[in-house]
Amino acid sequence: MKHYKGLVRRAVAAVGVAAALAVPTLGSAADDTIKIGYIDPLSGPFANVGDAGLKHFKYLAERINADGGILGKDVEIIGYDNKSSAQESLQILREAADEGVHYITQGNGSHVGGALVDGVEKHNRRNPDNRMVFLNYAAVDPALTGEKCSFWHFRFDANSAMKLQAITDYMAEQDDIKKVFLINMDYSHGQAISRIAKEMLKEKRPDIEIVGDVLHPVGKVKDFSPYISQIQSSGADTVISGNWGNDLSLLVKAGAQAGLDVDWFTYYAGGLGTPTALGKAGAEHVKMLTEWQENLVEDYEAPELREILEEFEQRYDGIEFYYLRIKTQMDMLQKAMEKAGSTEPLAVARALEGMTMETPFGTVTMREQDHQLLQPLFISTFSEDYPKYDSEGTGLGWVMDAKLDAASTAVDSVCEMKRPSS
Amino acid sequence: MRPTLSHFAVAGSPVMLESIVFSVLNGLLYGMLLFMLASGLTLIFGMMGVLNFAHASFYMLGAYCAYTISSYTNFWVALILAPLFVGFLGALTERFGLRNVHKHGHVAELLLTFGLVYVIDELVVLIWGQIPVNYAIPPSLDFTLFTLFGTSFPAYRAFILFVAIAMFGAIYLLLVRTRVGMIIRAALSHPEMVGALGHDVPRIFTLVFAFGTGLAGLAGVMAGNYYITEPGMAFSMGPIVFVVVVFGGLGSLGGALAASLIIGLVTTFAVSLNYSIADLLAAVGLGLDGANIAGGLAHIDLSRIGQMLPYLMMVLILIFRPRGLMGARES
Repeated sequence: MKHYKGLVRRAVAAVGVAAALAVPTLGSAADDTIKIGYIDPLSGPFANVGDAGLKHFKYLAERINADGGILGKDVEIIGYDNKSSAQESLQILREAADEGVHYITQGNGSHVGGALVDGVEKHNRRNPDNRMVFLNYAAVDPALTGEKCSFWHFRFDANSAMKLQAITDYMAEQDDIKKVFLINMDYSHGQAISRIAKEMLKEKRPDIEIVGDVLHPVGKVKDFSPYISQIQSSGADTVISGNWGNDLSLLVKAGAQAGLDVDWFTYYAGGLGTPTALGKAGAEHVKMLTEWQENLVEDYEAPELREILEEFEQRYDGIEFYYLRIKTQMDMLQKAMEKAGSTEPLAVARALEGMTMETPFGTVTMREQDHQLLQPLFISTFSEDYPKYDSEGTGLGWVMDAKLDAASTAVDSVCEMKRPSS
Repeated sequence: MRPTLSHFAVAGSPVMLESIVFSVLNGLLYGMLLFMLASGLTLIFGMMGVLNFAHASFYMLGAYCAYTISSYTNFWVALILAPLFVGFLGALTERFGLRNVHKHGHVAELLLTFGLVYVIDELVVLIWGQIPVNYAIPPSLDFTLFTLFGTSFPAYRAFILFVAIAMFGAIYLLLVRTRVGMIIRAALSHPEMVGALGHDVPRIFTLVFAFGTGLAGLAGVMAGNYYITEPGMAFSMGPIVFVVVVFGGLGSLGGALAASLIIGLVTTFAVSLNYSIADLLAAVGLGLDGANIAGGLAHIDLSRIGQMLPYLMMVLILIFRPRGLMGARES
């Protein structure tokens, strides 16, 4: 059935191509915009996250266009709703290819990211004249730049292993941490954290006791109190959680209500509604590891970022500038296209490999071996006593605790990449 | 950090006692919150035969209205006004929606409430936006009631329990002990007869629907700040409420209460015990090999499947006792 559908689709596509060829002005050479297909949930329970990401891309594309575009061409962001489904994303991929999109970007969910890596790889093998590049801004499963790595995939977020490396490096220096509890969402992302955190802590701080390691169903738990009771009775002083969205907010909120006195090390407490949901419950106890939070512009000289964060929040009424990595991604794409002197995917992908770029926080590098971006990361605490910018009008903001240099976040990769010869 | 089997042997130890006490408290609270939602749904179904798919959406509206009202006034005003407003919206839904499609049968009513889910979802996003709103617990209830085994029990939880119990009592008395309740019950089983006696039956239906949705609104007011008020809250609460109502028996208030408490306690205990089926079997001397499928399943911790148990219970009760715990009819 699937085969049959594919045949029909290809037949339709073939007719479309024939029609396009009949009209000489069409075809990729005459495209006057650079199309970037944004494939993420724009409806359903994760629509808020997908919608905010799209706004980041659109805003940053506008800034580039206002500055004359890339090689004289405007950047156009096309949003596609994948409803968080890998299947749906692969269909979109074909649609986008037919519409002349050569660059796609995605972030929410490594299961989708993994499907897209495979999908792009296959598509490029079959259509060497119409290739695509996958720019991943948030799917963090280490496998995507590890065993599953692909020449056409570039990741601009630190992967889960790198984040844990940074968190455990920081924890290793905190002598008052004695007992650690791990609580994560029960899918590849959470399972990877549980596994890697245990390995790394054992190596860096063998004296730390792992007093609990729990996986809970994704997005189904309303009342986290029983989990909190478990943490409480384990005697933990620190909790590591890769939870995101409501699964994080509800967890921390339930902890605060029960008077649980622990420090939370998180990935995703910083934006897209989570600070609002946390409120005072998170004050002084919630830490996060990110490449960016607004108050960094107080610690570093970054006038452009200051302008962006203020303009963005004003423009999108309450949604804050959260993804610095999307800016890094757009900037590096621009730089690669200018270096290649072309928007042709193969040339651009080659230019991106190994590319370095200066940012206000330090140099970032797109590692050649596995296409994983190395960038400085920061540990921050959610606090009532913040430098300047509060988070989502909560009266609480992020304060930097430590900076981890790009080089120190690197984790070895098993990637052996096959590169196209032409 | 899997608990060893010796935990079973030391059931009297403080750690175990602590775990049981908190599991009971947590389970009761979750159960009562479920009941607040399920009671309105089961009432509407029991009395009107309408399965209101949009019930959890009215719950969400309750939370959002409470947020908006309390930002202008305070929580206590919202506690009164938000359920009334949601009930008013429910009345409008019945009067101008359900009543018109009623003649086309239950499927049409079902589809109408189904469509309403999406309408309300979109409206909420349009009015209040995609990201959660800052609907906080009122300062007057934001303190620790008591501390037990080093874990504090917040006053707001006690307040939720109190409101839920009061609600159950009030509904019960209203339906069973008052004249209004008598007419309502009569109108539902013998509408023509009640109409012949001079009562306005359509208006009674409107009132019942308004009352049921108002209860959902009240649940939203209470749970919105305890959990999170965000556009996905209806979606995440909807399925479990249906499970409660089906498990307890469609239309049965007592059944809904029992089912809510059972489901609340089961999901809570599943997490806090954190044993796998294999552990339990091993405890009675049956070792299971993790290599085959049955063994592999048995080795999954209960905490990982705890959220699935209510659905499993629903399937089982539908097979063995289709009318639910205390349901009146077989359908």
